[in-house]
Amino acid sequence: MIITVIIPVVVVSSIGAGLAAILVISEHFIADYGPCQININDQRQLNVQGGKDLLSLLTAEKIFIPSACGGRGTCGLCKLKVLEGAGTLLPTEEPYLDEQEKRSNVRLSCQVKVRNDLKIEIPSELFAIREYICKCTDIIDLTHDIKQFRLELQEPETIDYIPGQYVQLLTPIYEKNSEEVYRAYSISSDPADKSIIELIIRLMPGGICTTYCFEYLSVGDEVKINGPYGDFRLLETEAPIVFIAGGAGMAPIRCMLYHMKNTSNNRKATYYFGANKVQELFLLQRMQAFESELADFSFVPAVAAPEENSNWQGEVGLVTEAVERDLKDVSQCEAYLCGSPGMIDAAIEVLGKLGLSEDRIFFDKFE
Amino acid sequence: MNIETEMSQAFVVCISAIFTQNILLSYFLGLCPFIGVSREIKTAFGLGLAVIFVMTSTSLLNWLAYHYVLEPLGLHFFRFILFIIIIAAFVQFIEMVIDRYSPTLYQNLGVFLPLITVNCAILGASLFMVIRDYSFIVTIGYGLGSGIGWFLAIIAMAGIRQRLSNERIPQGLQGAGITLIIAGIMALAFIGFTGVLQ
Repeated sequence: MIITVIIPVVVVSSIGAGLAAILVISEHFIADYGPCQININDQRQLNVQGGKDLLSLLTAEKIFIPSACGGRGTCGLCKLKVLEGAGTLLPTEEPYLDEQEKRSNVRLSCQVKVRNDLKIEIPSELFAIREYICKCTDIIDLTHDIKQFRLELQEPETIDYIPGQYVQLLTPIYEKNSEEVYRAYSISSDPADKSIIELIIRLMPGGICTTYCFEYLSVGDEVKINGPYGDFRLLETEAPIVFIAGGAGMAPIRCMLYHMKNTSNNRKATYYFGANKVQELFLLQRMQAFESELADFSFVPAVAAPEENSNWQGEVGLVTEAVERDLKDVSQCEAYLCGSPGMIDAAIEVLGKLGLSEDRIFFDKFE
Repeated sequence: MNIETEMSQAFVVCISAIFTQNILLSYFLGLCPFIGVSREIKTAFGLGLAVIFVMTSTSLLNWLAYHYVLEPLGLHFFRFILFIIIIAAFVQFIEMVIDRYSPTLYQNLGVFLPLITVNCAILGASLFMVIRDYSFIVTIGYGLGSGIGWFLAIIAMAGIRQRLSNERIPQGLQGAGITLIIAGIMALAFIGFTGVLQ
């Protein structure tokens, strides 16, 4: 009886295993495409083992190409220019490429199989995305729920970024978190020093990463980040600038202001900083320093509901109300906003009323 | 049975599998890719050729597995699992070989191969081969014939749909709806072939 059960199970399992073994062995011999060289931007050569798709090979070499679907050909984010060696366009790529892209040899890197030498072009911003191992060297309390974290880069030792970009911080597994997650934070430090990164983080109740940063991370701990990411940056024009950002939204603005100081940028700039209470204002001295360091910069903090004994002399009310009171015609300005979606939507509305068209408003929504 | 009778039986079975007992139009197996990939003659052609190749090869492989492994051990009931394992492994292997040695062929045929693994006509051909107790040579004819019959049906459907692409089809019937109606009419037409073979 037992024999009649065991024999069929053994037979079918061994046939299945045998076929799987044949497949693995033949894959080793047949699917051996040999070493291939990938030429990136005429700047860098990668020597890889052929046979896999371009996206996974690049990721294995620590070149991070955006991808939401993990190589299945359903998101269309992993576009790259493949100038030589890609073979004909696959039907799985067609839906994601328009005529102009097809003519300029843009391909989906998750569908291009590396069989021979390739010549590809990666936008330099993507090329700069790396994973960095850092050490937390300082934690400063800015307000009761906002801290500034200073991270010193260990490996690689420097990071190249455009002021306004953000990095993703890896939250490790800890007591309140069962899997590794990434959270995005804007770079807030002085871009002149490429070996450190400062982040301004506000504690979110129940937040996985912010709880880790506030309650578990200490000075001297190792922190992993990757980046830089993001399109939020100052345009290279001479138009006067309106910054509107509250709370941790100051992070990219501070970075941009350092950059303006470093490059002696003398554009007119006004920064409207909104807070609920006077005790929520921070880095006031740094902003005052910018006022003297930059050619034409003024810092305008607006407190919605100042405490009674605070003796607040500055603007009172919502930051958007302060903007409306202060500015008359902003149609020639550029606006850079950073903060909660609610504040950004309100600010866009106010700026629109004051005559600023939406294509001159740039923002980074903290969602 | 000697070789000659077997070969003439194989020939008869082949013709009948193409026309009178078309695996798609008479037995309605393999309808999924039939409806999905029959929009253009070019893609239908590639898929059809791939089906002919896989159907013939897997029917033969399965014949060998059934008569030399399952029957001696008295494990006939395992044919469902074993046939599908063999079909899946075979398709994987062929895809690997084609991808490596002929990128152009892979371009035209290779993308369809994974789709074919789950085509129930492939499994169906192997199971019919067992039920009707075909010999090895007859199985060659049967696998080839079933594949060619499937190929014929999908090419005809693609031709019809390409002509229809310029017509106005009622909203509710567009896509699968009109295709199934056409398939039904084609099946009726193929019944006209009954009696061709005696």
